[in-house]
Amino acid sequence: MKYFHLIWSNLKRKKLRTLLTVLSVLVAFVLFGFLSSIKQALTGGVQMAGMDRLVVRHKVSIMQLLPQSYKERMERIPGVVLASHNTWFGGIYQDPKNFFMQSPVVPEAFLEMSPEFLLPPEQKKAWLQSRTGAIVGRKTADRFHWKIGDKVPIQSSIWSQANGSRAWEFDIVGIFDGKEKGTDTTPLFFRYDYFDEARVNGKGMVGWYSIRVKDPARAAETAKLVDKEFENSDAETKTEPEGAFVQEWANQIGNIELMVVAILGAVFFTILLVAGNTMSQAVRERTGELGVLKAIGFTNAQVVALVLVESCLLSVLGGLLGLGLAWLLISRGDPTGGMLPLFFFPWRDLLIGVGLSLALGVATGIFPSLQALRLRVADALRRM
Amino acid sequence: MNWLSQIASITRFGLMSIPQRLGAVAATVIGIAGVVAVFVGVLSMAAGFRQAMTVSSSPDAAIVLRSGAENEMVSGFSREQTQIIADSAGVARNAQGPLSSAELFVIINLPKRSTGTDANVPLRGVEAAALRVRDNFKISRGRMFDWGKDEVVVGAGAAREFAGLDIGSSIKVGRYEWPVVGIFTADGAICESEIWTDAKVLQAAYHRGDSFQSVRARLTTPEAFQKFKDALTSNPQLTVTASRQSEYYAQQSEAMTRLITSLGFSIAFLMAIGAVFGALNTMYSTVAARTREIATLRALGFGGGAVVVSLMIESLLLALLGGVAGASLAYFAFNGYHTSTMNFQSFSQVAFAFRVTPRLLLQGMGWATAIGLIGGLLPAVRAARLPIVAALREL
Repeated sequence: MKYFHLIWSNLKRKKLRTLLTVLSVLVAFVLFGFLSSIKQALTGGVQMAGMDRLVVRHKVSIMQLLPQSYKERMERIPGVVLASHNTWFGGIYQDPKNFFMQSPVVPEAFLEMSPEFLLPPEQKKAWLQSRTGAIVGRKTADRFHWKIGDKVPIQSSIWSQANGSRAWEFDIVGIFDGKEKGTDTTPLFFRYDYFDEARVNGKGMVGWYSIRVKDPARAAETAKLVDKEFENSDAETKTEPEGAFVQEWANQIGNIELMVVAILGAVFFTILLVAGNTMSQAVRERTGELGVLKAIGFTNAQVVALVLVESCLLSVLGGLLGLGLAWLLISRGDPTGGMLPLFFFPWRDLLIGVGLSLALGVATGIFPSLQALRLRVADALRRM
Repeated sequence: MNWLSQIASITRFGLMSIPQRLGAVAATVIGIAGVVAVFVGVLSMAAGFRQAMTVSSSPDAAIVLRSGAENEMVSGFSREQTQIIADSAGVARNAQGPLSSAELFVIINLPKRSTGTDANVPLRGVEAAALRVRDNFKISRGRMFDWGKDEVVVGAGAAREFAGLDIGSSIKVGRYEWPVVGIFTADGAICESEIWTDAKVLQAAYHRGDSFQSVRARLTTPEAFQKFKDALTSNPQLTVTASRQSEYYAQQSEAMTRLITSLGFSIAFLMAIGAVFGALNTMYSTVAARTREIATLRALGFGGGAVVVSLMIESLLLALLGGVAGASLAYFAFNGYHTSTMNFQSFSQVAFAFRVTPRLLLQGMGWATAIGLIGGLLPAVRAARLPIVAALREL
């Protein structure tokens, strides 16, 4: 620590160069923050998936409907505690660009199935009493400034009512929050009984089921039993853990992980070169001084440490500023307007970022510090 | 000595001294190459996706959906309605009748080859005219399915991206197993991402009665579209929207293309800032290393302007070198790379190949030029402003 002053003066020697280097590292970490958040938004559902939940869908495709009568048959299967269903509503509020999910559900079963949605008890009671009632997540409620008591019209692209209209109106009776940061609070849920009675087509059919199993360790076994139950029927099923289902959905977009890693790889490689080059320039210019330090008794280890600490300081400084800036920008929310409901900067990636900035410092400092190590005092002093 | 030859000689000195500071120069060049490669790479994805969605939709091809339906999934027609549409003004005809195909569009799950997980693959039921409504529809391997038989043909893109679509294998749709009898191509059009069968076969398998979801028609001429559209909208028996296929697919691909493009631009922009800092660093140290030389030249009567211009030229040349390296890297690494992604408008997969277009390469070079100019300007100005006497005394 007592050499901190020395390192600091070295950084101040060429203020512009130090500033430029810190800024380029900063930029790399802003990008790191953004890409981590995009990856989180696209694949984060996998980590949020309930361990004890399975998703049951039509074997041919999730677009095909399943009979609502499957609920009771599923709940009779050993190992299944509860079944609840969702149906894709494909609704549009004002503008097709305002995308968020809506689904008719049976309130009791749905709320029991989804402990990650926190709904105040009195709002739950209100929902059970109002047929046209709907509950909406905090994010969407804030986005459209919806309050309890509002009537919201939603145009379904799929379901029409008996009068031919596709415009559905719901009363907002509750606003739910997420139990965890990664919980998606953009959907709107309304009552299945209201929906099923009012729709013209597909009465008695639902989109997909969630089931809760008694023992997550035996989930695979239970999934097989469910699929066997409906084998050779008109609507065969495919049952899988919720995590696998979400992963599959993310994979449909593409190998996001690979893309993010590839882009970040290119970014860091570039920055490593730029910063590393600056560092070795800085050391080369100071060859003589390092020789003096060695001559007055600094050990090799101390000189190497001085150079390494300097480069780490640069890179951690840039890294922390970059991560902080990314944090600020990302907490302003989803830049796509609804396409990425889970857009936030995960703690895990923030820590990885700090680690990376340190690693970047070591990587950029290693060659200059080796230069310093190999320096022979006599040669260095002669060059002055 | 005139100004131009001053510039030429200062630039020549600069370039000749590059071997002495190879490390710094290489770092700048590679940094700029990185920016250009990432920019071109990401945007080639958008270009490829857009191409797959919109290619070879000739201006005389139209698609008709139920009014208000944004895509085929939520559209619906009875057979009578499809016949009225087929017989409307503007539809081209041949000996077999109007060139109009009423189609069904459903989705089945098949595992992606790349990840092994299920993906939504479009399965389309078509009528005989479907082959005429698309451009250059060709069976590239195997044969066409027999009409009325439980057989399918598979688009070349789908066959490449999804497992279990080779000739001889069969797809399972509910209780049915349909053998794959052929692979088709259509100039890389979006239907190459689809599986096709006879509409009647699909209607039966899906209990759809005699209903359809879209009608595709070949018009007599591209200009006949307005006539066709008017005929449909003025017909009281129909409530439909007609669009040119090219416009329909352009609109379907818009959201995804915009997403990737804005992503590519923001990443490249941030990286470019980093690269500018790198270039600035390098050029500043170049100037610092050449202080003695520049001061001497100024003392000999070289103009400040010539110093600025020649340093800018040097920076620009390095940047262009980086740009060329990055653009070629992107071209060789990404061009033609096959993959597939989800089209959120139809919830189904589109197989496409990354396309590094000349336009993207030019844009990439534009980025390199900008980085070179910005990175060179400030150091060049500093060099020109060097107080000559002080700089000479420093030696």
